[in-house]
Amino acid sequence: MGQVENEQVEHEPAQNERAENQQTGKGQAGRDDTVWCATLAEWHRRVTAACAPPGRLAGLYATEEGGTPELVAIVGRDQGFLVLRAPVGHDLCYDALTPQVPAAFWYERALHDLSGLEPAGHPRLEPLLLPHLDDLGPVRPGSDLPARGHDARLGVEHVGPVDVTGRGVFTLPFGPVRSGVLESLELLLETGGEDILRINLRPHYKHRQIAKRFEQRTIEDAVLVAERVEGVHSVAHALAFVHAVETGTGVQVPAAARLQRVVVAELERIANHLDVVTQLCDCAGLAVGTARFGLHKEEVMRLMSDATGSRFGRGQVVAGGVRAALRVDPALIGRRVRALQARIADDLGALNSSASFLDRLRTTGRLATDLARRHGALGPVGRGSAVEADTRVWRPYDGYRDLTPFVPATSTLTDALGRLRVRETELAHSSDLISEAADQLTQVEPTLRTPVPPADGRYLGVAESAAGEVLYSLSLQGARVVRCFARSASFHNLVLMHNVFHGDVFTDLGFIEASFGLCYAGVAM
Amino acid sequence: MRLPWLLRGLRDGVVTTGWPARPDDYFDQFPVTPVPTGQPITDTAGMDAAELEALCPTGAINVAADTITLDRGRCIACGRCVTQRPDLFAWRPGSDVARAERDMLIADAAPAAPLPRLRADIAERTTMLRRSVHIRHVDAGSDGSDEWEVRALLNPVYDVHRLGIFFTASPRHADILLITGIGSPGMILPLARTRAAMPDPVVVIATGTDAVSGGLVGPGMGVARLLPVDVFVPGAPAPPFALLHGILLALGRLPRGDS
Ligand code: SF4
Repeated sequence: MGQVENEQVEHEPAQNERAENQQTGKGQAGRDDTVWCATLAEWHRRVTAACAPPGRLAGLYATEEGGTPELVAIVGRDQGFLVLRAPVGHDLCYDALTPQVPAAFWYERALHDLSGLEPAGHPRLEPLLLPHLDDLGPVRPGSDLPARGHDARLGVEHVGPVDVTGRGVFTLPFGPVRSGVLESLELLLETGGEDILRINLRPHYKHRQIAKRFEQRTIEDAVLVAERVEGVHSVAHALAFVHAVETGTGVQVPAAARLQRVVVAELERIANHLDVVTQLCDCAGLAVGTARFGLHKEEVMRLMSDATGSRFGRGQVVAGGVRAALRVDPALIGRRVRALQARIADDLGALNSSASFLDRLRTTGRLATDLARRHGALGPVGRGSAVEADTRVWRPYDGYRDLTPFVPATSTLTDALGRLRVRETELAHSSDLISEAADQLTQVEPTLRTPVPPADGRYLGVAESAAGEVLYSLSLQGARVVRCFARSASFHNLVLMHNVFHGDVFTDLGFIEASFGLCYAGVAM
Repeated sequence: MRLPWLLRGLRDGVVTTGWPARPDDYFDQFPVTPVPTGQPITDTAGMDAAELEALCPTGAINVAADTITLDRGRCIACGRCVTQRPDLFAWRPGSDVARAERDMLIADAAPAAPLPRLRADIAERTTMLRRSVHIRHVDAGSDGSDEWEVRALLNPVYDVHRLGIFFTASPRHADILLITGIGSPGMILPLARTRAAMPDPVVVIATGTDAVSGGLVGPGMGVARLLPVDVFVPGAPAPPFALLHGILLALGRLPRGDS
């Protein structure tokens, strides 16, 4: 990955701010800055300014670690993240960001649900991650609803408000129990007949209070929680979490562990991309395609379990390195992956000669490039709309620093086909990355882990999952987690599904959902 | 020249497992969880009973009167016990982990007892289902990995259609309710509604450690607190073979020696 130094970017400390550079130079490349804003007005102004493209809102949460509630916005910039913090009064009121920064739409609803904040002027402040109930009692930043009596009360459902009204307009609920073997999600289709006018997504059914599950855990246990935020991106979440720890402690990860991390992360990506292709084939009724890509995916899952003992690569990533050597000779992994990629490429060729299949994807679920950029759309959803962001490239970590650089796969098609094109290219990239990492693994010292000392403070960690950037903001005290904000690509991207129905018929829904390729556990949190 | 798409299904030869009619290496060798080795607790590492129990992040390990048990229904297969005390814990290969009683998932070093019979009403109903069975899946708060493993049953390797097992969208046509996830509060009513729409008696399978016990993310949860469960399938998540073993256990269709 060439020589990527920790480039110093321009940073001008303004008045009334305390800038801390949390980058130790030993964690991830890129430069992160933290700015403490004295007032909410200043915070609002600075966040709004920083989120103008090429800046993007990457995360927003509240915490009460220090005894006073505070708002934390994380903004992505070219070279690193800008963390903007501000104190909130005990009434927990502030002016909503959403009118100026539309990407904050779901974040502010989540803040309202889980931390009790009151974003004044938010356009639609209905519950997102909690059931629609009036009597949940007071909620505080970081409280995440600890005690609430009998949980059956939470099963009460209400139909959400309807945006679109008029003659012949009706609301059609799908889910939360889906017709296929899928994760629970409710989709309210507000429709005037065959064309969908608007779609309203309600992910709260799966809410698991995941943020609370991190707290007071040791680093070792908390990695296991991170793996369960989105089980299909276990490796990516574990990596984002340990990157935060490694940045905080200044630990150097041994070369063998860095390369191994690439191998398991890319196997995970291949499995996810194949899952998407399988689902697209299934939606199109292509039985042979469904079978072929399902077969390839099973082969990847078995390679992962042969190599790590877990079909999802769980337990392999630990702070400071990896748990154990791969159980399969890296050279053999490289060979198996290359052979598999040849079969995948061949089957993709056949799939692409099906004109009717391509027709189903073309112009389906279009996400305008401009919107994708303003929202900071992540992963294949962003890249399929020509937004170049790929954490492995703009902020290379682990073995990606040591391997041949690649250009992020992008497409200008902006539709479901564009997202498929991105995944096709990435399958080939992943195979190359695994081969190269496997080669290098035979030449490096077999040290797998550096001990991790305790650390105090708040640190960022990121990794590129198959669905896009996973971002962690982790507060440590000694060897324990005080607070952990885990932001999946799924949470950030799913809200965009509101914007990609352009008078498409009902049957497009399956294609759009599959082409987004998101995990709803990581949305409901 | 490109092989016609329609012929591709055959190209890689026979990929479908012969299990349960014939043994399958992946079935036999997959390590779903560790179990105690039965070695005496010689305290070379200076660990007392409490420290041994504390090894496990989900409280799956219990030490009483020098006997160690490991609750496979709580185990998330992190492997820590095996790494720290390889004398006392070892991975147990094999996907035959499903049990019809929750307590039967608690493993000690004693030789495995024969599985008790299914409840009579279930056994009676499932004998009528020998030819084809319909499963309704409900995600009650999984981490997303369990659904992958359930869907894998449809890929050509497991191909459960060959066994007359089908997934259905309609609860009214379902014989088995297959539940993944911790039983999140939000899914309580949707789950109850799906159950109520199914014709009695229903066979309920909880698959994966999250559904069995709540695992790491839902301590004290799991779906058995919400409705009676007939078969428990441990695993984090339960791999496809373990799940298939659980389904066949529920149907009384396991080969002799396995049930
Ligand atoms: S593998 Fe992990 S979860 Fe399972 S019993 Fe051992 S320590 Fe507990």
